[in-house]
Amino acid sequence: MRGFLLHRLFQSAVLLVIVSLIGFATLSLMPGGPMAQYGLDPGMTQDDLARLKQQLGLDRPLWVQYFDWAWRLLQGDWGKSFRDGSAVLSVIGRHIFATLLLMGTSTVIAIALGSWIGIRGATHRHSVFDYLATIGAMIALSIPTFWFGLIGIYFFTLKLGWLPAGNMYTIGDGSVLDYAHHLIMPSVVLSLVHVAIWSRYMRTATLDAISQDFVKTARAKGASERRVLMKHVVGNALLPMIALAGVQLPSILTGALVTETVFTWPGMGRLFLDSLSYSDYPVVMGLLIFSAIIVILGNLIADIVIAFVDPRIRLA
Amino acid sequence: MSAGKTTGAAQDVALAIRGLTLSLPRNMERAHAVSDVSFDLRRGQILCIIGESGSGKSVSANAVMGLLPRSIRVTAGEILLEGQNIVGLPPDRLREIRGRVVSMIFQDPLSALNPLMTVGQQVDEVLAVHGVGTPQTRRERTLELLTEVGLPSPELTYQQYPFRLSGGQRQRVMIAMALALEPSILIADEPTTALDVTTQAQILKLIRDIQRRKNMSVMFITHDFGVVSEIADSVVVMEKGQIVEQGSADKVLKTPSHPYTQRLIAAVPHLTGQNRPALDVAASEPVLKVEGLLKTYRSGSAFMGTLREVAAVNEVSFDLAAGQTLGIVGESGSGKSSLGRLLLKLMDSDGGRIVFEGTDIARMPEPEFRRLRPRIQMVFQDPSASLNPRSTIGRILTVGPVAHGTPYAEARDEARALLKRVGLDGGAFDRYPHEFSGGQRQRIGIARALMFRPKLLVADEAVSALDVSIQAQILKLLDDIQRETGVSMVFITHDLRVASQICDEIVVMHKGKIVERGQPSQIFLDPTSAYTRELVAAIPGERPDGGGRIALAG
Repeated sequence: MRGFLLHRLFQSAVLLVIVSLIGFATLSLMPGGPMAQYGLDPGMTQDDLARLKQQLGLDRPLWVQYFDWAWRLLQGDWGKSFRDGSAVLSVIGRHIFATLLLMGTSTVIAIALGSWIGIRGATHRHSVFDYLATIGAMIALSIPTFWFGLIGIYFFTLKLGWLPAGNMYTIGDGSVLDYAHHLIMPSVVLSLVHVAIWSRYMRTATLDAISQDFVKTARAKGASERRVLMKHVVGNALLPMIALAGVQLPSILTGALVTETVFTWPGMGRLFLDSLSYSDYPVVMGLLIFSAIIVILGNLIADIVIAFVDPRIRLA
Repeated sequence: MSAGKTTGAAQDVALAIRGLTLSLPRNMERAHAVSDVSFDLRRGQILCIIGESGSGKSVSANAVMGLLPRSIRVTAGEILLEGQNIVGLPPDRLREIRGRVVSMIFQDPLSALNPLMTVGQQVDEVLAVHGVGTPQTRRERTLELLTEVGLPSPELTYQQYPFRLSGGQRQRVMIAMALALEPSILIADEPTTALDVTTQAQILKLIRDIQRRKNMSVMFITHDFGVVSEIADSVVVMEKGQIVEQGSADKVLKTPSHPYTQRLIAAVPHLTGQNRPALDVAASEPVLKVEGLLKTYRSGSAFMGTLREVAAVNEVSFDLAAGQTLGIVGESGSGKSSLGRLLLKLMDSDGGRIVFEGTDIARMPEPEFRRLRPRIQMVFQDPSASLNPRSTIGRILTVGPVAHGTPYAEARDEARALLKRVGLDGGAFDRYPHEFSGGQRQRIGIARALMFRPKLLVADEAVSALDVSIQAQILKLLDDIQRETGVSMVFITHDLRVASQICDEIVVMHKGKIVERGQPSQIFLDPTSAYTRELVAAIPGERPDGGGRIALAG
């Protein structure tokens, strides 16, 4: 187990280096570069630009810039935003709560609802419920998230007036209930696609588990169908799903980006788009690394949970 | 079709099946899984139900447990458990009966145990779901049961997960679960088929002992007449969902009346104790000479201090003459399959020599060996998994030779001739693997191997997945082909009886080493190593010294 952890941590570190290299190289290829924003200011002379370039360290070779950036990153200095000069970490910090709240809620909805639909579809195979679930999943998978967002706003905000169209809270209120009220539509819209995916996989995993011999053993013991399902089927069906949860994390993260834009949710997705249009490279790089860390950490946690839950791995 | 049989007094009969008919869903090969089946399981007896795959024996057992899949329905007949007809009982009543009145053990003891629960929890569950005892008394009872079925250190086993136990131990756990509530009837569905022969002997003895001690009635399902002769009091023979013969074990085994039973019994391989008539082959250099072959498996890492090494093949040496068959016999983990893979260079050896027709191939690099590969061919165990389901038989047969430069027309003619030789008609050439039965697929596998006119054929458990009657046909085919072509054969098997049918010489492997080598007569009648003696003694239904319960006729 210790060896496994060390191995995975090492893998994660290598992965982070690769991600940061790709990110760095891609950003440097963008037309105009980070100075384009300043170049738009008519009061800036060529000399000013050159001095600024030197101040920001952008005149050095790319690889020197990378190592300088990476070395500072390791020391906790993620650079300063080109926009307002505040530290990148604190900029991200201001937006992280909103994103994690949205992602967390959506993940809980996806897993809870998806598991229920999947298990019920498997135990009532070829029933009306099963067919409806299949069709529903296909619809959710084939329609883009932003469209669901717009439809949601149209009905629940404009027509019915039940839910707010955007933002995380009403200015001047900010109670838990107010947050929850604002959270409903974005989190449901973001989770739709994941409910669909999760329910399809859960259905397959449950069917796999049901056909195992130990389920027959449990029935032969005289266990009730409910006990057979809860105690023998679901546990074994969830095992492969933990890995899926880890793999799904990046798609929830990118989904959050879209959802945040639709619902003007003040999270990292919004921050990313804003920073990109301002050519605020330190923040963009910071966000890139930060999301890579979240995804890698999520997969690492999934692996550890699997190893912990499955005695065949835990004790081997 | 049910053979009439007078029923004893009702209390003598633990389980009675009367005119049971189970219907299959439409579009299946036949309309009924079993039709009009009647038999009695008498109290304190072991009734063996024997038949080949598809005979309906397992489905009958599931019907008694009330565990039929939804697609199979009872359309007629009664199942009387202790006098009570369980056909049509509501699920809740059936649930009470399961585990309490009748319990069941299955073929594969690994998949039959929940991998995520400890052994203790799983045995405990039988008691818990029937509302028996308190957690404390249930724990005591569970430990008592684990002791009773002969598991070492019950306290420790209680907390173990199934993957930590050996196959035999897992089956003991299954038996402990089945005994928990002292049911009067035990159904055992091929409980020893997945086990090694020595383990099988122990489990059979355990079931026999427990049955006697508790005066249980056991319905034992098997395909192996050897097992029947070991433990049966009475026998029911099934074929295609119908009972063709039933009676006392003595009568059915010694004087079978139905032709199907006679054929089945005749097909059972026996330890002949006789050697195979030698072939007329000019004595020359051996085709294959293996010297001090080594293969070590490593797991874990030296860095973490978890390195484990297992010598799978340890200093193995033998030679094989042209036209001869060498049997490699051993239990699981003996290294016999690893040896086979080394001979085919499907994996690299760690030391030693494999001299094939005078050249050492052990160290030969793959590009150079590719030239020789057609000369060494393999027949696999699972004939359905080893044929590409998306290729026609013709393509499967010709793709190899064509890749090695044979013109297609020539390869095609050769393939058609070979298909005929292995007993399939010419139409097989354009058909797909799923259109053939298991035995036919194995014939195709043999034809595929012969396409290259190999000098050496390695057959790894080539008949293990087949029913006995098919097994006998395939062995005969291999024997004929060897006599015609003079190909040498390495025949890897776990079954000494099969080895004795086809091998000129047998090598017994144990933990990676050869413990004994000799002709069949010597191995079976006069084994020198203790391990071989144990192995021979464990074979069900065979007593070379003449001291068996019921010796098989034929």
